[in-house]
Amino acid sequence: MDMNRRQFFKVCGAGLTGSSLAMLGYSPQPVLAEVRNFKLARTTETRNTCPYCAVGCGVIMYSLGDKAKNAKAEIIHIEGDPDHPVNRGTLCPKGAGLLDFVHSESRLKYPEVREPGSKEWKRISWDEAMTRIAKHMKADRDKNFIAKNADGQTVNRWLSAGFLAASASSNETGYLTGKIVRSLGIVAFDNQARV
Amino acid sequence: MTNHWVDIKNANVVLIMGGNAAEAHPCGFKWVTEAKAHNKAKLIVVDPRFTRSAAMADYYAPIRVGTDIAFLAGIINYLLTHDKIQHEYVKAYTNASFLINDKYKFEDGIFSGYDEKARRYDPSSWGYEIGKDGYAVVDETLKHPRCVFNIMKEHYKRYTPEVVSNICGTPKETFVKVCETIATTSVPDRTTTIMYALGWTQHSQGTQMIRTAAMLQLLLGNIGMAGGGMNALRGHSNIQGLTDLGLMSNLLPGYMTIPFDREQKREDYLKVRTPKPLRPNQMDFPQNFPKWHTSLMKAWYGNAATAKSDFAYDYMPKLDRLYDVLQTFELMYQGKMNGYFCQGFNPLASFPHKAKIGKAFAKLKYLVIIDPLATETSEFWRNVPDYNEVKSEEVQTEVFRLPSTCFAEEEGSLTNSGRWLQWHYKGAEPPGEARGDVEIVADLFLRVRDLYRKEGGAFPDPILNLTWPYLIPQAPSPEELAKEMNGKALEDLADPKDKTKVLFKAGEQLPGFGVLRDDGSTACGCWIYSGCWTQAGNQMARRDNSDPYGVGQTLNWAWAWPVNRRVLYNRASSDPSGKPWDPKRKLVSWNGKAWGGSDVPDMRPDAAPEEHVGPFIMTPEGVARLFAPFGMADGPLPEHYEPFETPVDINPLHPKNPKATANPAARVFKGDMEVFGKSKEFPYAATTYRLTEHFHFWSKHVDFNAVTQPQQFIEIGEELAKEKGIASGQMVKVSSNRGFIKAVAVVTKRIKSLDCNGKKVHTVGIPIHWGFKGVTKNGYIANTLTPFVGDANIQTPEYKAFLVNIEKA
Repeated sequence: MDMNRRQFFKVCGAGLTGSSLAMLGYSPQPVLAEVRNFKLARTTETRNTCPYCAVGCGVIMYSLGDKAKNAKAEIIHIEGDPDHPVNRGTLCPKGAGLLDFVHSESRLKYPEVREPGSKEWKRISWDEAMTRIAKHMKADRDKNFIAKNADGQTVNRWLSAGFLAASASSNETGYLTGKIVRSLGIVAFDNQARV
Repeated sequence: MTNHWVDIKNANVVLIMGGNAAEAHPCGFKWVTEAKAHNKAKLIVVDPRFTRSAAMADYYAPIRVGTDIAFLAGIINYLLTHDKIQHEYVKAYTNASFLINDKYKFEDGIFSGYDEKARRYDPSSWGYEIGKDGYAVVDETLKHPRCVFNIMKEHYKRYTPEVVSNICGTPKETFVKVCETIATTSVPDRTTTIMYALGWTQHSQGTQMIRTAAMLQLLLGNIGMAGGGMNALRGHSNIQGLTDLGLMSNLLPGYMTIPFDREQKREDYLKVRTPKPLRPNQMDFPQNFPKWHTSLMKAWYGNAATAKSDFAYDYMPKLDRLYDVLQTFELMYQGKMNGYFCQGFNPLASFPHKAKIGKAFAKLKYLVIIDPLATETSEFWRNVPDYNEVKSEEVQTEVFRLPSTCFAEEEGSLTNSGRWLQWHYKGAEPPGEARGDVEIVADLFLRVRDLYRKEGGAFPDPILNLTWPYLIPQAPSPEELAKEMNGKALEDLADPKDKTKVLFKAGEQLPGFGVLRDDGSTACGCWIYSGCWTQAGNQMARRDNSDPYGVGQTLNWAWAWPVNRRVLYNRASSDPSGKPWDPKRKLVSWNGKAWGGSDVPDMRPDAAPEEHVGPFIMTPEGVARLFAPFGMADGPLPEHYEPFETPVDINPLHPKNPKATANPAARVFKGDMEVFGKSKEFPYAATTYRLTEHFHFWSKHVDFNAVTQPQQFIEIGEELAKEKGIASGQMVKVSSNRGFIKAVAVVTKRIKSLDCNGKKVHTVGIPIHWGFKGVTKNGYIANTLTPFVGDANIQTPEYKAFLVNIEKA
């Protein structure tokens, strides 16, 4: 039976009737009793890019959930994108493990703080976390901002704070981060490109 | 990359050196396989270890860690000695014929203009000879002793095969075979592609390693050609993007630079960055710098950035020095920093000299982690016996750990190594209360801005006036941000040749950086990304993978910078008359009226060949620099220097001049020079690297990858193992002057000892991937061992060449 991937999905997605199974070339009698659908048939395909190295392999993510208002989408499978000119549907061992990254038990779920001297994390709300951090930033910038250097030149920099940006974050994230960090006067600013 | 991944299939020779594409970029390596299968290409791998790339090679050459400049310089000498260069290309497209002024000198490893105390060069004696017409003087006969071609020949004549073999440990015949193979691509219709990565960047002479290879490619006529180029295989999915956007200490978007303290006036700042052409008729594209900078300031500061306010020039901080990560953590270690943010980065594991990094963090008042995963950095304060010994009660740092989304849970673009910006979509919500990075930084910024609005404080202007036009202030959308990077017209833009004609209406997205202006009428967040989201929509999301010319040029898939150009310097793929050097792999050529072909021309479209506009449009000379009169901190020509921790103790090229043992212009912090390891105590060379199955300290949180490589190991050759009585599978202790790690020893045939300058040099291989968080077995952080010194130009740490000792644990 010669059909491409998309046709295959259509056939399986069309429903688990004997007619579709017959189209697949199976003898209908014993198989009609089987009411199991192809695992990916009801998933939503979303196109993404592998977050690891800089080949930028195309990946297709398959999630359950029909995008209704309260339906929480859950990714159940990730594979290479066959249309992508560079990886042509393949992935390396790192990319092949992406599903386990998305669902890793090390995924952070809640804002936490480790108080000075403590041996443990304490869960806090976003509001508390951001309020405290902003307060630290304001106090430190007000105290240590250098408007003029020792020679009286205008320098407008804040040296007692620094920022390391993530080189797996998107351009849009990076662009906004850069814009914000510079407006604060921070110059101790890098990402993985430095190392 | 000057070229891109698929283009590699067009190569006749592939050189993988300073990188290991089969293991670190496996899906990109497929294009090497294609080149071998369909183009009869030969693969050469030069590496201290016989890697999986080497296993696929036609030819493998071993090399001592840190000696790549000597090897490459040796190839240059071979090409010049045997006259295997692309003569027409070298004459027309490089500065081979330019004269250098008569003050230039090179003596026993040191160039003229050296200040030993400051460890810095004054490059003025390296400059071109300038004629009365203000242009650089050239000698097209290449006979003048001070022309670049002859200076270069003289400089590299010392790098004979014997000398190379002595420094690098590579057997002479092996080295010569590599030279011969590469030399076959000096003809116009054969190309070598060079694929390199952190094996070249992570050295104190890393920039010069890369530059030596670039010189090689220029002599062979391989830049701008299909299957040619200098191809950096970058390490992260968007490290190219973040570099392009200027998220580094001294950068602004599009590789513009932050002003220095001495540049108090905007006109001074602009003047230095807007060079005048050094030869007649050259495009000298950086002449447009003021347009890019003004447009950036308009994008960020809107109406606060006008001609009257000098386009808010003083809002930008200025630099008195570089605040790279080594400098920053040196300051942090000295207690001079109070707060730090680590977004998607794990410096306790990634930065050199882990003990110093841990102590530095403990001096902060507050540390903020933004990450999808629980990292070692976030728990630098946690005592983990053996792996992270610390007294938690003595660490007073307040640590906030904020959960963020991962790639699958956000929308936006990523830029791959080939400069392609590819859009991706969100497939699911993050777990728990995790938020997107954009929301997190936006929230922080708005709160800080609010505090400044309410309370006032230190110089609030740049914060209060930062443009924030987003429909949902706490959640700027990826579309809004991408459009801002692209740039738009702020008023109706009239045609300069006919003021009645409106080219772009106010508010319209612009088609590219070519239409940016310096008068405040255009805004553009990142000039090299201009064209990514035009009036026609999101160019990065395009999915047409057709390759009409069959050379791997898929111009309608995603969008590449600049202006969707896929191969940089592609005008150089044609000869000075505009005819392709190789008609079988055409990129761009002159059709009598315009430049065109399978790529967006890297040349003014109507520049007739008779005008002699050089292909290297980003230099004021219009040609590529074999000799670099400015721009390099450690010399106009690459020279072999030893790593700061060297197993042979001296520089074999300059055995009597200790100033020239290691890079004379690399920055060394006070107190660090004395504590570099010496071969007496630490006799073995060492290097760090990745495995195929893992990605840094990230994939040890991933079950699938953890099971393939669950436990920390190091690799040593059979000879060293026998010497130390170490059997495969035994626990060993590897130590440097900064600390130790313990790991399982893997004894292998793939690392052989090398004979260098009368010494037998063994190499210990140290994969990096373990730590004290994740689902693999806990391991020591490999960077406990690495030295706190960086490249002279860019300060990338010397992770790939240092000294260790090894013994049974």
